[in-house]
Amino acid sequence: MSRNGGMMLTGNAAAAWGARVSDVDYIAAYPITPQTEIVELLSKWVSSGELKARFVEYESEHSMLAGAGGAALAGARAFTATSSQGLAFAFENLYAVSGWRAPMVMVNVSRGLGMPMTLQVDNTDVLSVKDTGWLQLHAETCQEILDFIILAYRLGEDRRVLLPVIVNMDGFFLSFTREPVYVPSVEEVREFLPPYEPPHGIAFSERELAYAPTIILGHSYTYFRYQMHLAALKAKEVFYEISRDFEKIFGRSYSPVEKFMLDDAEYAIVSMNSFTSIIKGAVKRLREEGLSVGVLKINMFRPFPVEEIAEALRGKKGVAVFELNLSTGGGGIIYPELLKALYHLDERPKVVLDFVGGLGGKELTYGEIRYMVRRVIDAYRGGEVSPHATLLFTEEDTRRMIADMELAGKSWGGF
Amino acid sequence: MSRYRGVKDIPEEEYVAPGSALCAGCGAEIIARHMLKVLGRDTIMVNVPGCYAISTLFPYTAVKVPYVFAVFGSGAAVAQGIRDGLDILREKRGVNNDRVNYKVVVYVGDGAAYDIGFQSTSAAIHRNLDFYFVCYDNEAYGNTGFQLSGATPYASMTSTSPPLGDSVGNEYGKKDIFEIWRAHRAPYVATISVSHVTDMLNKFEKAKEFRGPKLFVALSICPTGWGASQEDTVRIARLAVETGMWPLKEAVYGEVKHTFIPRRLKPVEEYLKTQRRFRHLFKPVRRDEEISRIQREVEEYWRRVWEKELNR
Repeated sequence: MSRNGGMMLTGNAAAAWGARVSDVDYIAAYPITPQTEIVELLSKWVSSGELKARFVEYESEHSMLAGAGGAALAGARAFTATSSQGLAFAFENLYAVSGWRAPMVMVNVSRGLGMPMTLQVDNTDVLSVKDTGWLQLHAETCQEILDFIILAYRLGEDRRVLLPVIVNMDGFFLSFTREPVYVPSVEEVREFLPPYEPPHGIAFSERELAYAPTIILGHSYTYFRYQMHLAALKAKEVFYEISRDFEKIFGRSYSPVEKFMLDDAEYAIVSMNSFTSIIKGAVKRLREEGLSVGVLKINMFRPFPVEEIAEALRGKKGVAVFELNLSTGGGGIIYPELLKALYHLDERPKVVLDFVGGLGGKELTYGEIRYMVRRVIDAYRGGEVSPHATLLFTEEDTRRMIADMELAGKSWGGF
Repeated sequence: MSRYRGVKDIPEEEYVAPGSALCAGCGAEIIARHMLKVLGRDTIMVNVPGCYAISTLFPYTAVKVPYVFAVFGSGAAVAQGIRDGLDILREKRGVNNDRVNYKVVVYVGDGAAYDIGFQSTSAAIHRNLDFYFVCYDNEAYGNTGFQLSGATPYASMTSTSPPLGDSVGNEYGKKDIFEIWRAHRAPYVATISVSHVTDMLNKFEKAKEFRGPKLFVALSICPTGWGASQEDTVRIARLAVETGMWPLKEAVYGEVKHTFIPRRLKPVEEYLKTQRRFRHLFKPVRRDEEISRIQREVEEYWRRVWEKELNR
C-alpha cells in the first residue's frame, strides 16, 4: 500500500485523502448515504492525530454548511461533504458562503432527491445548485476526486477568485468503487497549495469588517453579484495556470474539458462524471465497428467552459449529450448550456440531440450508447431531430417495470 | 458585589453609533448598546434577518465591532464555525493576535431564537459552544410587519393573529425559552430588560466568567409593532417587570435565582393597556376572562418563586 505506488481507494476514501493532504483545518460533518464514509475517515484521522484539524458534527446540513463557511470566513481551510437531500437542505447557505467570498471545498456524492427516496445516483442534485456561486468540478475517477480537491482549494483561494468549490462524484459508481489512486504527501501538496491566509479573513484582515451587510439598493446589489460572476469566469483562466503548476509537481494535467478519441471523429458524445468511463469503453468498440465517434467530457461545469466546448465540437457533424439528470418539464440540464456554446459557431454541428439515462443508478448499456450515436448519424442524414430529451429505457427495463407493477398490484400502462 | 450599581458605573465606551435606521424607541438598539459596553471591542457580532439587520445597511454600519450576517436559522451555526475557526488558527497555525480571542455574540430576534433558528441554537448549546446568544425578544416578527412567533404572548394581536370575531388574538401561549435553554444545562442563562440597566450590565459581566454557552433573552419593546409611544419604551419595560410578566432571573448551571423579586405585583392591566396589541381586551368590550387568565398565570408563577426564594 505504498503511497507512491498508488493505493486502492474507494471514491469516498479518495475524497477523505484529498482533504487530508490538503491539510484542512476544519471539517464540518453530517452523515448521509452515500457520503458518510468520507467524514468517518476524517473523524478517525483527527482523533488519532494523523490529521491536525478540528472535526465537528453538526445537527443538520443546513448548520453544517453555515459552520464550515463561518470557519472559512475566520480564515481556516474548511472542508465538508454531503449528498442530495443534504445539499438541498443546505441550499440557502450555499449562497451565504459564496456571498461571503469564503472559499472552501465541499464534496457532493451525487444521489437522487426524494420523493420517491433513493440512495442511487442522479446528478440533478448537484446541477440544481449551479447558480449558487459555487464553482463545480466533476470527477470521472477516484484519482480525479483527490486531484480535484487539491486543485479546488488552490482555485477557490486564489485572490482573483475567492469562491467556494464543489467537487462532485457519482454515488455508488464512484463512492464505493475501489481504484488505484496516487496519494501525494502533505509536503508535496504544500508546495502546490500554500497555507491559506485570506486577505479578508476575520483573523487576518487589516481592518475590522462588516461581512455581508444588507443591501437595499439595486446598483450595489448588482455590483456585488456581477463581481462574483466575473470572479467565477476568471476561475477558468486561473484553472489553466494552476493546472500547469499541478502537472509540474504531480505529473498529471487537467483542463476544463477532456477530449477522448475526439479530434478525428465526425460525431461526439458529451458526458460528465463516472458514466464517461462506460461511454469511453463503448466508443472504442464503436470505432471498431467503423463509427467515427469520440467523447467530450466536461470536468468543469461552473464556470461553464463555453470556448473549450466550441473548439472541441467545431466542425462535428452531430453531437449526442448524455445526461445523468432530468429537469422535469425541461429535459437534460447540460443540453441548453451546450447549445449556448455552439449556437454562434459558423461550423456548428448540424444536429445536437439530448439523451437522459442512468437515473437512479440504472445501468447504461452498450446498446444504449450505440443507439445514441445511431440516432445522431440518422438525424444528420435527414432523420428525426427533436429538441426534447430522449429517454434511454431498454426492453429489459420495461420487463422489470412490468413485473414490479404486477407485484404492487397495478397494471402497467406504459409511461 | 455588583460591579454596576448606578448610572455613573455605566461604561462610557460606545460601540453602537447613533443615527441608525432602527425605529425610534427600539429595544433592540438599547440592548445591543449596553451589551457591547460590557463585552467590549474584542467582540464579533453574528446577526441574522430581523430588525437589528437595519443597523448595518451597506455602505453604513452602526455597529463598531466586526459583524457577520448569516441566514435566518444559522446564527448559532455560523458562530460555531467562527469560534472553531479562530481556535484552530491559534492552536494549529500559531496565529496569535487579538482577533483569535474574539468573543462571539449571536444577536437575533425572537423568530431566530424561538422558531427558525431553534434547532441550530439548541445544537450549539448542546456542543457547549463558547459563545453569547442574545435574543432581543419583541414577541413577534417585527421586521416583516409584526406576525405571530413562538414568542408571542397569549392574546396578543399580530398581523397573522387578528382579534376579529370571537378570536382573542394569539390563542397560544409564549414558549418558555428560558426553561428550554436551562434544560440544556448551559453554564449561564438570564433574562434582562431595558428598564433594569444595571441588572443587565451585571449579568453580561457575570457571564464573562463562564466558558460555554451564555444565553440571554431580553424583553425588547417594539413601539411600532406593539402600538406604543416611542418615548415609553423604558416605562413599558418597567411595567412588564413590576406586573410580574417579565421576571428578571438567571440560572447558573441550571440553578435559578431571581435578580428582582417584586414584593407585590402591579395588575397586568397596567402593562397591557399601554399597547395597542392588547387593546381588544378592553375595547369595545372588556374581556375579563382573558385578562384574568393572564393575571392568574402571572400570580401562579410568582407564588412558586416567593415560596422558594423568599420562603414565605
